[in-house]
Amino acid sequence: MSATTSAWMLDPVLKVEHLTMRFGGLTAIDNLSFEVGRGHITALIGPNGAGKTTVFNCVTGFYKPTEGRISLRRGRGIDDAAVEELTKSGQQFGNVANGSVYLLERMPDFKITEVAGVARTFQNIRLFGGMTVLENLLVAQHNRLMRASGFTFAGLLGLPGYRRAAEAAKDNAITWLKHTNLLDRADDPAADLPYGAQRRLEIARAMCTGPALLCLDEPAAGLNPRESAELNTLLRYIRDEHDVSVLLIEHDMGVVMEISDHIIVLDYGKKISDGTAAEVRNDPKVIAAYLGVDDEEVDAVEEDLAAGLPHATSPSTTTQAQESRS
Amino acid sequence: MEYFLQQLINGITLGSIYGLIAIGYTMVYGIIGMINFAHGEIFMIGSFIALTAFLALAALGITFLPLVLLIILIVAMVFTALWGWSIERVAYRPLRGSFRLAPLITAIGMSIFLQNFVQVTQGARVKPLPPQVTGGITLIDQGGTVVQISYMQLIIIATTTVLMIGFSFLISRTSLGRQQRACEQDQKMASLLGVNVDRTISLTFVMGACLAAVAGLMYLLYYGVIDFYIGFLAGVKAFTAAVLGGIGSLPGAMLGGLAIGLIETFWSGYFSVEYKDVAAFSILVIVLIFMPSGLLGRPEVEKV
Repeated sequence: MSATTSAWMLDPVLKVEHLTMRFGGLTAIDNLSFEVGRGHITALIGPNGAGKTTVFNCVTGFYKPTEGRISLRRGRGIDDAAVEELTKSGQQFGNVANGSVYLLERMPDFKITEVAGVARTFQNIRLFGGMTVLENLLVAQHNRLMRASGFTFAGLLGLPGYRRAAEAAKDNAITWLKHTNLLDRADDPAADLPYGAQRRLEIARAMCTGPALLCLDEPAAGLNPRESAELNTLLRYIRDEHDVSVLLIEHDMGVVMEISDHIIVLDYGKKISDGTAAEVRNDPKVIAAYLGVDDEEVDAVEEDLAAGLPHATSPSTTTQAQESRS
Repeated sequence: MEYFLQQLINGITLGSIYGLIAIGYTMVYGIIGMINFAHGEIFMIGSFIALTAFLALAALGITFLPLVLLIILIVAMVFTALWGWSIERVAYRPLRGSFRLAPLITAIGMSIFLQNFVQVTQGARVKPLPPQVTGGITLIDQGGTVVQISYMQLIIIATTTVLMIGFSFLISRTSLGRQQRACEQDQKMASLLGVNVDRTISLTFVMGACLAAVAGLMYLLYYGVIDFYIGFLAGVKAFTAAVLGGIGSLPGAMLGGLAIGLIETFWSGYFSVEYKDVAAFSILVIVLIFMPSGLLGRPEVEKV
């Protein structure tokens, strides 16, 4: 971790501060703070059970965190003082200079999507299997549609305002179907799609809510190398063309190292490393967490590194620790 | 043949009323997986509100029948919807996320409460309403045997058809319908996409209550007598219809309603009036033995 100010600290879209989540006696996340830079792809990695999904659940309102603040900032260059002021006012969200701030830990889950603009996907696919591919994307745009339809009455009567909104929603859905190569499957039930296509549809559906921040929980899980490569392209397209920041959990290091602008490493609910792909890859703590050596050994490694000594991990301890871990 | 035709017309009329009530059961079951046993009472309240509105209009001196019927229809729908909304808000929403049987027990309690509430405030005696829509179209007149469809029956069948078409459109084509179907499949995911699940469920109750109010009004006009207890049997029959058609399926509810109405009418017409309920329920048992998910129901999918 470098002490200098990194790119993501200058203008974060999401800032998590002192987040703690306890389940009874178990502390799943312990005083975690990190930033997600605007327009960055940020990866959250760590061994199984490190608390990555719990962080997601707190950000998207699935859980109410025990302690901490999660602030989403829409608009460039919002300073911390404005966020502080909003926190004191007791409101859920509000407008500040240059944009608006949403305190996610205070908001119910549907409002986090609708008002704040955070969308997410799940580790296990949660499409509406009985509805068509197109309908899955239209449901995600219902807020705009409901408003245009005067809460259904205008929709029933087929008034022009509603028709226009419905057309716009459909066009948007079709754009996303094109980018995910699903256009020819638009009228099939979502449950009939192959696995990789369902994953892409989930991302398309999340994008149809018009988010500022897209949270993906293991988007590459179960994908073959070609599909993984397509996913990388899709995520880059989302970041570059739609100006959407991406926060993702991923175990596939190929995907993570290739596309991430910023990586945060968790272990046992704590942040152990935070930096660019190159920085994280060479962080001894990360290596220790993934290969599972003892804490004393980590200290030893760090001392060795500090002393500039060449370091060799003893193969026997590493293997043993790995076994005990799995 | 003439007799058969006449019974068919009567059966369809009765079946339409059952079908309208059955939709309320099936929609609520579809979206929150609970049998709203108070729905029969919503129907009963609908008919009482219709009667009250009718008497109020008569007192005001408005007697032009089509106008009166239209006003009653709207008043009954609005106020019954309000009841449906309040019941969900007061009795069911606080128990959401509680164990499965809790809302079921509350629903039975709510049903008893509503029955007694109407009994106490409106009196236990039957309320008569003289026939308002008289006359009909004679289809066949052959030496004494007359097949007639009354204007009232025509109104009931036409209204039901129109409502069903509107309703199917609402569920399959509009944004609200999509939200309801999304909530039906995965409430948590729907809410993460920004769907206000609580509001969608409330609207489902409101829509069910609206249809029950229409059924209540039709019942009042068709039979001319109502009391605080009509909701029970009509409710049980409509529930049966929903199960017969496949609970959770909208066309199933309508089909089940028609089936129950026809079975009842034909049984009373050809065999015995006393055993018409036995016949209806026996058919239900037989159908469920061979088709456990009902006529149009999808086979049970394990929800996680």
